[in-house]
Amino acid sequence: MNKNTLTIDGKPVPFKDGDTIMEAAIRAGIYIPHLCHNPELIPQGNCRLCEVKINGRNSSACTFPAAEGQTVLNNTKELNDNRRTIIQMLFVEGNHLCPGCEKSGNCKLQAIAYSLNMLDNRFPLFYPKREIDSSHPDILLDRNRCIFCEMCVRASHEVDGKDVFAISGRGMNNHLIVNSSSGLLKDSGMEATDKAAHVCPVGSIIVKRHGFETPIGQRIYDKKPIGEVSMAAGMAQEEKNHG
Amino acid sequence: MTWSETEQEKILGIVYKHGSRQTQLLQILRDVQEEFHCVPTEAMVGISNELKIPRTQVQELVEFYSLLSVEQQGHFHILLSDSITDHMLGSRRLMEYLSAKLGVEPGETRADGRVSLGFTSCTGLCDQGPAGLVNGHWLSRLTGDRIDSIVELVERNMPLENWPEEFFKVEDNIQIPGLLLENPIEVGAALRQAVRNGFDEIFEEINRSGLRGRGGAGFETSWKWRYCAEGPEDYNGLPIAGLHERYVICNADEGEPGTFKDRILLNSHAHQIFEGMTICAGVVGAKQGFLYLRGEYLRLRPQLEAVLADRRRKNLLGESILGRQGFDFEIEIYMGAGAYVCGEESALIESMEGKRGVPRIRPPYPVVSGYLGKPTVVNNVETFAAVSAIALYGGAWFATHGTEKSKGSKIISVSGNCERPGIYEYDFGVTVAEILLDCGAENTLAVQVGGPSGSIISGREYHRQLAFEDLATGGSFMVFDKSCDILDIVRNFTHFFAHESCGFCTPCRVGTTLLKNEVDKICDGHSAALDLVGMTSLARFIKAASHCGLGQSAANPVLGTLSHFPDAYKDRLKAVSFEPGFDLDESLETARRMSMRDDAMAHLEQEGI
Repeated sequence: MNKNTLTIDGKPVPFKDGDTIMEAAIRAGIYIPHLCHNPELIPQGNCRLCEVKINGRNSSACTFPAAEGQTVLNNTKELNDNRRTIIQMLFVEGNHLCPGCEKSGNCKLQAIAYSLNMLDNRFPLFYPKREIDSSHPDILLDRNRCIFCEMCVRASHEVDGKDVFAISGRGMNNHLIVNSSSGLLKDSGMEATDKAAHVCPVGSIIVKRHGFETPIGQRIYDKKPIGEVSMAAGMAQEEKNHG
Repeated sequence: MTWSETEQEKILGIVYKHGSRQTQLLQILRDVQEEFHCVPTEAMVGISNELKIPRTQVQELVEFYSLLSVEQQGHFHILLSDSITDHMLGSRRLMEYLSAKLGVEPGETRADGRVSLGFTSCTGLCDQGPAGLVNGHWLSRLTGDRIDSIVELVERNMPLENWPEEFFKVEDNIQIPGLLLENPIEVGAALRQAVRNGFDEIFEEINRSGLRGRGGAGFETSWKWRYCAEGPEDYNGLPIAGLHERYVICNADEGEPGTFKDRILLNSHAHQIFEGMTICAGVVGAKQGFLYLRGEYLRLRPQLEAVLADRRRKNLLGESILGRQGFDFEIEIYMGAGAYVCGEESALIESMEGKRGVPRIRPPYPVVSGYLGKPTVVNNVETFAAVSAIALYGGAWFATHGTEKSKGSKIISVSGNCERPGIYEYDFGVTVAEILLDCGAENTLAVQVGGPSGSIISGREYHRQLAFEDLATGGSFMVFDKSCDILDIVRNFTHFFAHESCGFCTPCRVGTTLLKNEVDKICDGHSAALDLVGMTSLARFIKAASHCGLGQSAANPVLGTLSHFPDAYKDRLKAVSFEPGFDLDESLETARRMSMRDDAMAHLEQEGI
């Protein structure tokens, strides 16, 4: 084996110095399911969906540094069962009503649920009371669908330089808050062109007046399962970066 | 409250007092809470402007730490400990009594703003409970009579400093001292030895002693120090003390329910702890140290500050310590504000940087990238106390005690059903049975070793040893006799974890609440056999998939009791294969009200299938 090689499910995968396991996997065209990872943002590892077994220990692939000779297990029954449980937890924790959601078909939570063959909620629904903020002229914030991936928090901080969002509270009382005097999105520095307006994997942050532009049935994950879409996007990004 | 310039000035005064430093955010908010009995929105704005941070960062903290609040609390804010041992001593009944006498419900503030009540996690007084806090100060040995007096003082609006001293009295309660408690060091003796022999030599002594971290995880202390001293700047060299920025933190966030041994060390052996930190600073080359003191230990702060001042006077702290050029070290006390998760070292560091206590992604570990991204040693209070003793008496002295993999002694906090709760120190390797005998426990049903995150031990296993190779423990030892219901214990612990989960990762955030609901369902008699199967797999999942130690141990109470006390569960199950998770009849209540019916036909009897 060459230097800087690890294996994922027995397949040799080369990596570059400084890579995480996720980065190496994407480059090699191996799909590790994930919700809170976006190659343009600093990884955080909060959704735990990308948990893999690295030399026998569970860790999140998006944060764990790749190292020579690592044996990584990814597509196993045990790990996929765990992933399905995480998705079920996210579904019961919030109020996710797919048929009425504009994000349906473009929603990563929904797409992963399909790809992991999730057939029921398994757990009792929490039905939490969460606030909707429709104050902003161009952006809708529906906290019912928030999964605390902190993608908007990171995008606003790292890319937009605005710190519009933050997670407040603790444990089950976690909630997304907005940086403005009223606590409303309209009084924040948020704009529809911000990165933070376009990274939400679910339907929590939606740009207004674009609803149903693409009919249901013809959306991203209506056509292809999320694993294929994600890998194609990863490859395209890789090509863009390194020609 | 109307916000005036006076109030604005008070806020600014507090911010300036803390040097307008972002890292001091939690300390600033503690002071604001003390002054206003809440953190008003206007204060959040003022602080964020002054510190030049987003206001969301201020709000985040207020809503994360349980000793801070957005809602106005009473002039007297009284919390009773919700720890299982306090329950056993009647804390819930006392709360009912207190609440009825004061005319205010737990979790609420009385309309006149005089008083508010609530529950809090373990306050570190399990050996002299039922315990609580009034405006952050300990209340010990509560009784009905004492509640009567407290109510009277509250109604008379008597300032706290005029309350009888005995209400706040907390004793060390040392029952059996051992290696450390019997051999306290003279102030400065260990440090003098270290300066005389050189820090390389002291490091060798620590190495020889085999000392492992006393917080419970048991990482070898000398290795931790070595990694920190070497740091990421130079992988090849040996300790390069003094060249780079390093920090030493003493973890005094003793939050594991049933643990209170750090309380005694901080109360009576503070010099020895600070001396251990100073020795560590000499070895790794740190100039700044911190004692992260849990919010509930506020009462100890003034005397700890006094010890630090005394050490400065004696040149045991400050610049050119003991006349040695370049050996400069300072220690600052940083107060927590009610978050169990901050006992995890990386969450503790986050907290010290003025953030929510969310455990960091590891690697990198704090010894490589800790406080402000610099290599940082975080050790337990007891570890630093042991360091001083080892520096003075030698590594070999220490290593002759204990077992092969667990050298030295362990200070144990004993509480629950026994004659003599309190502090016991034993060489590692002591059996559960020996401790039970010493503390006068009879008819013991179970022992919880290491707190809710540790293990539950039944009668078959009292021969097991306290040691890293068998039962690792941070020092909590809770005894339950045969009058206890195992499920009450499980319920209490499971609620504790759901309350303390930081919410960062999905498995712990959602899982601990799901688990809590499952346990409640069993306790309320609504569960069937199938629920146990589901609960077991949920518990295993939380343990395997969570991000940090809190989540990974949150299911231990359920898993441990399922394997050791399966009958406790089976007795509560219904003889059906499925039972809805909610009360059908109760769910119809709204419909009954709306239709103004309450006849037999408007009720449903709940039957499983």
